[in-house]
Amino acid sequence: MAASRLIEISPVTRVEGHGKVTIHLDENNNVDEARLHIVEFRGFERFIRGRLLWEVPVIVQRLCGICPVSHHLAAAKAMDQIVGVDVLPPTAEKMRRLMHYGQVMQSHVLHFFHLAAPDLLFGFGSDFAKRNIFEVIRQNPELGLRAVLMRKFGQEIIEATAGKKIHGTGAIPGGINRNLDIATRDRFLSQVDQMLEWSQGALAIARGYVEDHRALVDSFGSFPSNHMSIVREDGALDLYHGKMRALTPDGAPIFDMLNYNDYHKHIVEDVRSWSYMKFPFIKELGPETGWYRVGPLARMNTADFIDTPLANEAHGALKAYSGGKLNHSTLANHWARMIEVVHCVEKIRELLHDPDLQGTDLRAVGERRHEGVGVIEAPRGNLIHHYKVDENDQVTYCNLIVSTTHNNEGMNRAVKDVAITHLSGQPKITEGMLNHIEVAIRAYDPCLSCATHALGQMPLQVEIYDAGDRLVDRAGQCL
Amino acid sequence: MSDPFTFRIDGVAVTAKPGQTIMEAADAAGIYIPRLCDVDGLRHQGGCRVCTVKAGGRSVSSCTQPAEPGLEVENNTEARNRVRRDLVEMLFHEGNHLCPICEKSGNCELQAMAYRLGMTAPTRFPYLEPCRDLDASHPDIALDTNRCISCGRCIRASQDVDGKGVFGYVGRGIHRRVAVNGDNLADTDAVLADKAMSVCPVGCIIRKNEGFRMPIGARHFDHGLIGHEIEEKSK
Ligand code: SF4
Ligand code: SF4
Ligand code: FES
Repeated sequence: MAASRLIEISPVTRVEGHGKVTIHLDENNNVDEARLHIVEFRGFERFIRGRLLWEVPVIVQRLCGICPVSHHLAAAKAMDQIVGVDVLPPTAEKMRRLMHYGQVMQSHVLHFFHLAAPDLLFGFGSDFAKRNIFEVIRQNPELGLRAVLMRKFGQEIIEATAGKKIHGTGAIPGGINRNLDIATRDRFLSQVDQMLEWSQGALAIARGYVEDHRALVDSFGSFPSNHMSIVREDGALDLYHGKMRALTPDGAPIFDMLNYNDYHKHIVEDVRSWSYMKFPFIKELGPETGWYRVGPLARMNTADFIDTPLANEAHGALKAYSGGKLNHSTLANHWARMIEVVHCVEKIRELLHDPDLQGTDLRAVGERRHEGVGVIEAPRGNLIHHYKVDENDQVTYCNLIVSTTHNNEGMNRAVKDVAITHLSGQPKITEGMLNHIEVAIRAYDPCLSCATHALGQMPLQVEIYDAGDRLVDRAGQCL
Repeated sequence: MSDPFTFRIDGVAVTAKPGQTIMEAADAAGIYIPRLCDVDGLRHQGGCRVCTVKAGGRSVSSCTQPAEPGLEVENNTEARNRVRRDLVEMLFHEGNHLCPICEKSGNCELQAMAYRLGMTAPTRFPYLEPCRDLDASHPDIALDTNRCISCGRCIRASQDVDGKGVFGYVGRGIHRRVAVNGDNLADTDAVLADKAMSVCPVGCIIRKNEGFRMPIGARHFDHGLIGHEIEEKSK
């Protein structure tokens, strides 16, 4: 009789941060359990305490080198509330939106072309040495160039609004510290139509992939779940601001038009001994069925429509693909992500034509409060920042729920699902099979360093343990 | 006796008036000598030693040493700048300087001096890693003494200009540091309009609610190395 085994995949490559997957096998090499472990810990929520409120948007963006703008803006939104500002001057809100659309665009492009495209173009089980962005560029030089230039465009938008491509200082409590000068605006305007055309090209690739691999997409890491995001008050997709909406797998509302200041009345965070990452769930449903997914696909599910024409049309096509019902396929995230890229570029174009961006009323002030919540839809999904500040302007409390944490249970389910399908009963663990697990995790575009507020790089490890919990195999994919 | 005279800095003839320090004469001639504790409008202290030059073969602080006829001064040389770099680097090790999240970044003289002197990363000495509480008790002013370089500007400004004595030194030797004259800043008679609140070269004395309002690109040292205004006078 073969001993039961545990497979560990560590590090997971092409995700941001560091993670470890353990797979527990039974005596017959069948998957008993699979878990995504988060092994680093950063503790931002602790060391932000005592800092001054206007420092917070600048400090917390250091949580992440990939989507710092999301943290910067979520914190700034919370601090707006604390300085008593509920409505920003139009220039401030529009500059922040421009920054955010630039950020979501560049992050999604990075993920799609650099991290996901190698799997999608060459197959999950293809030669590891070739499954990378360099091979994508070698085989499709034009596509590779577009990826680089699109990302550059998004980063330059961030630079123009925040002062630097990463870790700038644009948003301040109650406003923004700059407007957009005409020369910079015109430089972006001269490129934006090209960006829109290319983003539609990327959308066609992502959509084509899903449609051409229907059997795989419908089965790979696909399982019903609740979905959650903020949406605009009329139900439109809104990445910067809105009210919270959560839907059951059938699309029925769990809560809707929820003021996000009340998030903690509806979302509870569970802890498990084997992971630094918490497991949030919706209180109304309890921990068993109350877990949910966030991110591009969740947003496509929660939004009734998109307020830009090309993205709205694409949203309709995605909805039609799942027969008007919610889409639960992990891999459909890639399609959703590219719809959002189109949306962001359409929004950027709209904003560039808006003279408010050259306005000079940059900051509002109001009556001081002691508590503030900021929620934004980050590239990877819903992001919650919650602070309390004392009368000396010092932070006394901080709670962050980042996208990857919201998706924690979903990612664990996806890993187990894929492990059962692709590993069970196999006598030998191949690199291609292990990569299927990575692909499932990667579809969520997780940022594990953000999620645990952890430091460092994040490749993945997979370990296999037998029924007696003995480590019998280990596979790593080091970058 | 009150006639101007000349002396030389790095071989360049400089005219000085009697009673001028080497630094004052250099400034007037468009020659920059690095400095941290000295600042226009306050009496000279000669504390930080970043302005040290060789004058007549001796090491002296140029912010306090009077110029003399015929003096040969060595300023902008590799040897002088290496010592200055070491001093600046030790200031980083002695305090707790996280420039990326500091609101003084871009307007900070210590950071700017590090750039000017080519200090890329403070890695050569052990960190003292102080962990001093932020004093945010005052409604308009906060103090983050983890960033204090003990330059004494605030002490001189408070005493000599504001006539108050809000700040003073406590402790001796390596333990000497700047403290407020009371339990905390709210306990003193400090007000935002005091001269002392606008002279700090680093991000220690913080004017509340102003942080990060100045966009990147508009900050003082976004436009040139520290000292460039003085050097431009000679062009
Ligand atoms: S005071 Fe200056 S050197 Fe210190 S952290 Fe702030 S910017 Fe950096
Ligand atoms: S608080 Fe500022 S001005 Fe005062 S000694 Fe410290 S660094 Fe110098
Ligand atoms: S500037 Fe001369 S000793 Fe500080």
